[in-house]
Amino acid sequence: MQAPPPAGDRRRRRLTDQARAYGFLLGGLVCFALFSWYPAIRAVVIAFQKYTPGSDPEWVGTANFTRVFADPEFAAAWRNTLTFTLLALLIGFAIPFVLALVLNELRHAKAFFRVVVYLPVMIPPVVSALLWKWFYDPGTGLANETLRALHLPTSNWSNGADTALISLVIVSTWANMGGTVLIYLAALQSIPGELYEAAELDGANLLQRIRHVTIPQTRFVILMLMLLQIIATMQVFTEPFVITGGGPENATVTVLYLIYKYAFLYNDFGGACALSVMLLALLGAFSAVYLRLTRTEGEDV
Amino acid sequence: MTTRTLVSPATLARPRGKAVYWSVFTGTVLLFTLAFLFPVYWMVTGAMKSPDEVARTPPTVVPEQWHISGYTDAWELMQLPRHLWNTVVQASGAWLFQIVFCTAAAYALSRLRPVFGKVVLAGILATLMVPAQALVVPKYLTVADLGLLNDPLAIWLPAVANAFNLYLLKRFFDQLPRDVLEAAEIDGAGKLRTLWSIVLPMSRPVLGVVSIFALVAVWQDFLWPLMVFSDTEQQPISVALVQLSQNIPLTVLIAAMVIASIPMVAMFLVFQRHIIAGIGAGSTKG
Repeated sequence: MQAPPPAGDRRRRRLTDQARAYGFLLGGLVCFALFSWYPAIRAVVIAFQKYTPGSDPEWVGTANFTRVFADPEFAAAWRNTLTFTLLALLIGFAIPFVLALVLNELRHAKAFFRVVVYLPVMIPPVVSALLWKWFYDPGTGLANETLRALHLPTSNWSNGADTALISLVIVSTWANMGGTVLIYLAALQSIPGELYEAAELDGANLLQRIRHVTIPQTRFVILMLMLLQIIATMQVFTEPFVITGGGPENATVTVLYLIYKYAFLYNDFGGACALSVMLLALLGAFSAVYLRLTRTEGEDV
Repeated sequence: MTTRTLVSPATLARPRGKAVYWSVFTGTVLLFTLAFLFPVYWMVTGAMKSPDEVARTPPTVVPEQWHISGYTDAWELMQLPRHLWNTVVQASGAWLFQIVFCTAAAYALSRLRPVFGKVVLAGILATLMVPAQALVVPKYLTVADLGLLNDPLAIWLPAVANAFNLYLLKRFFDQLPRDVLEAAEIDGAGKLRTLWSIVLPMSRPVLGVVSIFALVAVWQDFLWPLMVFSDTEQQPISVALVQLSQNIPLTVLIAAMVIASIPMVAMFLVFQRHIIAGIGAGSTKG
């Protein structure tokens, strides 16, 4: 047996261990500090400053907020973002669930369905947006051609002030549905078959089995995906930027689009950060709920 | 063996059940083909129509003549090789930076017990609560202050600050058997050696998932590269497509869109089993 090393040695060893541990951590830590933690603090600071790159920032109190509030686009952007989120929930929420329910019953061509439904997710969002912009072309676009072929009245789609927002919701639903369907499928497959058998023995018909077995068993996943979708759709940018440019008549300006405009069109970084802080506070609340739920329930799933 | 689902096997075995099953099956195949495959077909063939034909009402379902010129024009006129190369450089660099720095940091947090390790981890996990897009403006200002605008580092370095991937790696490292790692240490392997020869080979599945997430994220991103690459020569394909979409013939633009989609779609088709299984598994385990 060796004698225990003297205390000085042990301390030195502990120090080298720590130095090594932080050596491994360093790269990641610097990146988090520079591109996550610092920007979060900076957003709040600049929200109360007049900030132009290259010159010294000035403290202006709440002037940025009052200026942004007075902007007619501000109300439009929030209204559009919230409407978009709500419509995306209405359209983009029931459809994937129903599709997953049907797919889970089909015993043939399983791989085909999974690959095909996920294909749009793999197409770059910019391409999906440009593709649908072409479909929505009032003259020769596929959307109106289809309506004409079916002898239905045509629509202005993304070019009409009252139809633009819902047209964008359709694009975003088409492009993102695949992931949701696959997650639901995984959840449906984890439901024990005995529950359905028992329900059937009790005389429950198809709809009753969905209501009393399927939905309660997948409630957690449904809730998770709903929160994630709200967080994602409230940050919508690519579709309005590429398809409508925020128009017609501000019908599709979203909050993130407005942040972009303040920073890069108006060169008003104070206003952009004031808007970012508002978006941050709202989405942070949703994320907190989401993380809390996944933490507590996820453990015993 | 298939487990029992909503509809019982007995119902499906009856003649009426069979009829309903096959009609639902056919309906679903038709619906999926129309909703998801047809738009892609329309894009791929639209690029092969002549400029006249693509603007015709009613449209032709199959091109009368197959023109390849849309694709060749897109390749040359829109400088696609340059923008594709930019995207490849940005995506592969982001992947490499993430693999090196996130793995090292996750390993340190999982195995090396740094003082304040818990605080650091909490700080990293807290960023999950902050939606990335809401912070693009201050992040842009930081990148500008560092002089990284129009530099691929503006993609690579922020990519490392990915709490989701880091946490995925850390959780995987936490589950590795202790005795294997200790055995390596007794044999005199240093920490780096243990990470390289023991931990990483055992972590292939999670490294695969993280790699795919990292590549797809950069390839699909639009807002961030739009902000940091004002120089056309540096722009990735997504930004270049939108910037050039205004003054280019429709067939050429559509061809460029098809070309821009090929890499990720091809990767998906090759790794579809892993990707689809990964999405399902990742979600149900929280």
